[in-house]
Amino acid sequence: MGILEVKGVNKRFGGLQALGDVNLSVAENTVHAIIGPNGAGKSTLLNCLVGKLIPDTGSVMFDGQSVLGRTPYEINQMGISRVFQTPEIFGDLTVFENMVIPAFAKRDGSFRMHAFESVASEKDIVAHAEEMLTEVNMQDKIHMHAASLSRGDKRRLEMAMCLLQEPRLLLLDEPTAGMARADTNNTIDLLKEIKEKRDITIAIIEHDMHVVFSLADRITVLAQGTPLVEDSPEKIRGNPKVREAYLGEAA
Amino acid sequence: MLGLNKKDMTLLIVVAILTLLAPFILNPFPVDSGMAQFNAGYPDLMQRFVIFGILAIGFNILFGLTGYLSFGHAAFLGVGSYAAVWMFKLLSYNVVPAILFSVILAGLFSVLIGYVSLRRSGIYFSILTLAFAQMSFALAYSVLSNPKFNLTNGETGLQVYADDPQILHRDGLPDVPHLFGWAMRDNFLELKLGGWEFTFNNGYYLCAAILLVVFYLSIRLFRSPFGLMLRAVKSNQQRLNYTGLNPKPYTLAAFIISGMYAGLAGGLLASMDPLAGAERMQWTASGEIVLMTILGGAGTLIGPVLGAGFIKYFENIFSKINDNVLHQWFSFMPDGMEDFLVFIVHPFVGKGWHLTLGILFMLVVTFLPGGLVEGGQRLGRLVRSRGKKPEDPKDPEHHPKETPHVAE
Repeated sequence: MGILEVKGVNKRFGGLQALGDVNLSVAENTVHAIIGPNGAGKSTLLNCLVGKLIPDTGSVMFDGQSVLGRTPYEINQMGISRVFQTPEIFGDLTVFENMVIPAFAKRDGSFRMHAFESVASEKDIVAHAEEMLTEVNMQDKIHMHAASLSRGDKRRLEMAMCLLQEPRLLLLDEPTAGMARADTNNTIDLLKEIKEKRDITIAIIEHDMHVVFSLADRITVLAQGTPLVEDSPEKIRGNPKVREAYLGEAA
Repeated sequence: MLGLNKKDMTLLIVVAILTLLAPFILNPFPVDSGMAQFNAGYPDLMQRFVIFGILAIGFNILFGLTGYLSFGHAAFLGVGSYAAVWMFKLLSYNVVPAILFSVILAGLFSVLIGYVSLRRSGIYFSILTLAFAQMSFALAYSVLSNPKFNLTNGETGLQVYADDPQILHRDGLPDVPHLFGWAMRDNFLELKLGGWEFTFNNGYYLCAAILLVVFYLSIRLFRSPFGLMLRAVKSNQQRLNYTGLNPKPYTLAAFIISGMYAGLAGGLLASMDPLAGAERMQWTASGEIVLMTILGGAGTLIGPVLGAGFIKYFENIFSKINDNVLHQWFSFMPDGMEDFLVFIVHPFVGKGWHLTLGILFMLVVTFLPGGLVEGGQRLGRLVRSRGKKPEDPKDPEHHPKETPHVAE
């Protein structure tokens, strides 16, 4: 049994079968990559995992509990964090405030009316946020406006916000999309470092094969809404079906 | 001190000094001078300054922090006023139960309106609140005022009559709103110093004390994790959701708190003048609250109070300048010139004060998007940088500025 079990998931948008009978099992403490050409249904699948979409049929179990019908914040509280394709951060707030919010969510749950104590007086929360910022090497930017960070730093910040909650499953939606080679390599190093330091399962959707083959323990190839193969990176590399899906029949 | 950092404490102390010394500060001109009409230090207007300040502080908790623009806050103001007058009618002229009941009733009312309106955001939220406020206005103006069931007394407005029960009223207590015998309309001190006159009014000081308390509470709220979550709602609801936080109860709580502030303001209005009319709930009144907050600086601590004071000053002072006054002003000029100037200035004063306010509002919003508070900050920076050597000019693109603290 993996930590995430997707069974028989179907999702249809009007006449388009976005997902057709998807089965996926992500084992605990692994990096599982989901790849596939454009329109293969990768993002739809991801959205079904985090509560943004509800599949028409099938089940999605996280750690033995169904996530279907739960809202994104409930799913997050179960231990799934998500990093978006374009970094989603609180642009109007400082880097420090960005880090403090997930710390409160982790400690106090999805709602708590604490309107009288000041943020600064929450010593453990502040320490936790600062510690995490140091881990991702952003301590010198702590008082900056998050919107004024570079793209790479925004990604780093978003990742730090997710990690601070110590999720059991981290979902990454094309974390290196649109990045320069150097930034991509930095992100790969950061992810490797993250993986080394803690017990965490990572599911990653990615176009960049360099990223996939540097990180993944296991790869699922999705084509036209259906998993084509699931195997180790070495075997995927030589698989003729995968080459066909990516490069067309002529290859 | 009081759980505030140094900067916030300074702000609170400054506000406290300004409100407590307002009878002096707002009456800078001697009574007999030509400028006396610009004096704003009379009880009625000073009460309005602080009451609308309270209203704007509350509105700012919703709009300034979460970005949800309510166009129906006047409904809570009206509900508060009706609640207070009913307490006067049923219990006694003591303002304590009246104010408490107006806050509670406005709170309950905002649970209802907030729960429904907050199902939508952006423009739809604004329209929903506007619709609710207009419904409340219609209810108060006609529906709830018929011979069989007269809750609001319609067009005339709700007021206290001699045959009302007033079950807690005793002989010896004043027949006007009072705080344990301390009549709101009385002045406890009238000071004459040379040509100047200063009035110290009971009602004003009650309102000022309440303003200081609610201003302090709003500073605490701004600095709290709750306030931070509200700013996060404004910044990125998607991220908030995926960070395990449910935006709904946060926005609803902010809505209720700001509704209660408005109810408090309504209760105080009725406590100063025991009359509640439906026009207090009309959409123009709601719009005025929005104007106050934006003019002063939405999302800043002190901005809404400044905005409220600014608008109320214009409403009461500029509207009183008529052609006679203008002729006096320009009397030193040749006749033709005098008439011409009066002709030019006439549309902007008296009944035309809205025109002046509108122009000022446009200027502020265009050149100072952060409201009057931003104007103050720019002045402050200008003063500070004078005399100093010019710093090395930093390229703003590569030296992103740090976020200003919300209180500035």
